[in-house]
Amino acid sequence: MTSLLLALKVVATTPEYGAIAAVVGGDQVKVTTLAKPTEDPHFVDAKPSHIVALSRADVLIEGGADLEVGWLPPLVEGARNAKINAGGPGHVRASEGIQLLDVPVALDRSLGDLHAAGNPHFMMDPVNAKIVANHVCDVFCKLDSGSCPAYQKNRDALDAKLTAKLDEWGKALAPFKGKPIVTYHPTWRYFAARFGLVSEVYLEPKPGIPPSPPHLAEVMQKMTEQKIGVVLVEPFQSRKTAEAVAQRTGAAVVDVCQFPGGLPGTDGDYVALLDADVKTIVTALAAAK
Amino acid sequence: MHRSFLVVPAAIACAIPLRALAQDAPVPTPTPEPKPITVASGAAGKNYLNLSLDGLIAVGASTEPDVPGLETGGHDPAQRGFTVQNVEVVFDGAVDPYFRGQANVVLQVDPDGKTNVELEEAYAITTSLPKGLQVKAGQYLTEFGRINPTHPHSWDFVDQPLVSGRMFGGDGLRSVGARVSWLMPTPFYSELMVSAQNARGETATSFGGVGGDVMFGRPLDPDDVKSMGDLLYVPRYDASFDIGDTQTVVVGASAALGPNGTGASADTSIYGIDALWKWKSARADKGFPFVKVQGEAMSRRYEAAATPLLPAATFDDHGGYLQAVWGIKPMWTLGARYDRVGGDVGDDPLDPAFLPRERASLEGTWYPTEYSKLRLQYAYDDRTGLKDAHSVWLQFEFLLGAHAAHKF
Repeated sequence: MTSLLLALKVVATTPEYGAIAAVVGGDQVKVTTLAKPTEDPHFVDAKPSHIVALSRADVLIEGGADLEVGWLPPLVEGARNAKINAGGPGHVRASEGIQLLDVPVALDRSLGDLHAAGNPHFMMDPVNAKIVANHVCDVFCKLDSGSCPAYQKNRDALDAKLTAKLDEWGKALAPFKGKPIVTYHPTWRYFAARFGLVSEVYLEPKPGIPPSPPHLAEVMQKMTEQKIGVVLVEPFQSRKTAEAVAQRTGAAVVDVCQFPGGLPGTDGDYVALLDADVKTIVTALAAAK
Repeated sequence: MHRSFLVVPAAIACAIPLRALAQDAPVPTPTPEPKPITVASGAAGKNYLNLSLDGLIAVGASTEPDVPGLETGGHDPAQRGFTVQNVEVVFDGAVDPYFRGQANVVLQVDPDGKTNVELEEAYAITTSLPKGLQVKAGQYLTEFGRINPTHPHSWDFVDQPLVSGRMFGGDGLRSVGARVSWLMPTPFYSELMVSAQNARGETATSFGGVGGDVMFGRPLDPDDVKSMGDLLYVPRYDASFDIGDTQTVVVGASAALGPNGTGASADTSIYGIDALWKWKSARADKGFPFVKVQGEAMSRRYEAAATPLLPAATFDDHGGYLQAVWGIKPMWTLGARYDRVGGDVGDDPLDPAFLPRERASLEGTWYPTEYSKLRLQYAYDDRTGLKDAHSVWLQFEFLLGAHAAHKF
């Protein structure tokens, strides 16, 4: 048990990194998360209070795949904290070592808001969460070697838990292997890839471009043809659009979230979030069968 | 069956060009032990330099034929019909582990069709000084208030506030110099900074200004720098508080103190206060909905030196604006602004640049994406001694290149 004064101060850009850091760090760290779990992570306000948090941080965990490109750079510059600058001892680039999907062949914004590094929603695959937990543990150990055994123990426990859960989630979703789903944005690509679903139809015509009537008509046609029975929607996305599409195709709207805290009972808990997501998706797919 | 097979990959090819297609649906085996590999991480890591180009073009009309007399900003609409307000090329990137560098080069086409080039900013800023310190040096927009340090494309209206034109001229207060800032160790955001810059030229109109120009009816003949006292000093303090999870307040106070061009030992002091309140929904989609209210007030004391014909005199004037912008739903905003300037007119009672005036503006903006916008603005101008004016402007913006990051 370390006193709060000695604890490593950790800032996570989005809540799933915060949740992983809290588990790995245990009592030895104090975690602050910048983005709210219910808001669009592409458009977070670069509030001065975030600069204060970053200026005092020992560790910054960012995705490193451009998701935060619209708001993190001025915060880091304002924080003027060498520890968390790129290359600093406390800088964690979560996506390091993760094979990202959807890497664009060319950077062309007529194709929507592409991320140069690839699809940044990689934490929806729990195997990637293990990689991130590893990165976080390594940095915590470097900065606070005294507590390293504790960090490693926590990481190993999380790893084991995720292994067991992956088995459980995989079994729950196994009956739906190859089933297509509709999502608002390509947020669920990694989740689908991990659990054998097919996520290739989006309410957005192109990433970051709002749904248009002709595109939605095309989506509805695909839903009928491919018998797609579920439309996933996140707290900040337009439920009205999803409902309109679902109503006309007989599909169900399913409330899911990519961030702990975005669904009731998942605050600060990555495993609880995945549990909730898997459970609602399984229920909806079973009902849609 | 055949059809859907064709249609789906085509639609996906737009959004997800590469790897996804090559990948088979993976087997949900529990733990293939992940092997960390090094994967290149995007444009930010691939380029030494981020490059972007932002174009801002306006079209519209006013009942006042003399548009430059109405619009005080160098990047405001300049005539009836079309105006290229601002085409800004931005270079930025890490210089080395100690500095970040940025340059904003602005191109502008004047009503005669001539292209003007301005080096608006070119500075380096430290990234890793201890104790919350940060130093910026080069040519930069002076951090006075909220509007002055920002570029036209980030404004909520087509034109700059009247008070900016009155106090800082058409191109804002900017000059070559250095600024030290201290992020104070308070529980809330609290920053203190002091800037020292050259006080001469067309981007320091309240100070040295340009030889031959006139301020308050007094001709200017700025001096060269002879001592530290001949520089412009700009201290600023700002603080910010969050109210709950969805509201943020920023308050600030600035001063600009320096010599002016009316003669030896003639000084100008400008004081300003500013405030911003913003509410943003906890379930914001693309940052909407939100409401923000922003205001600034400034007062200027201009000590004019005696001339062979006129005695020494002190002129006091003031101004400010209050604006509210409502982000109704994703990519749509509505805004209103009230502008007012007044105070001493000076020794040339006919110079319209120093007459009291008021203005009310309404705007509506649609952002097709965060890289483009279309804005319609109406303004009613009430100018002392001059005819009232009604103006309507349509503004278009496009942004190419590196993703702009938005300061609060």
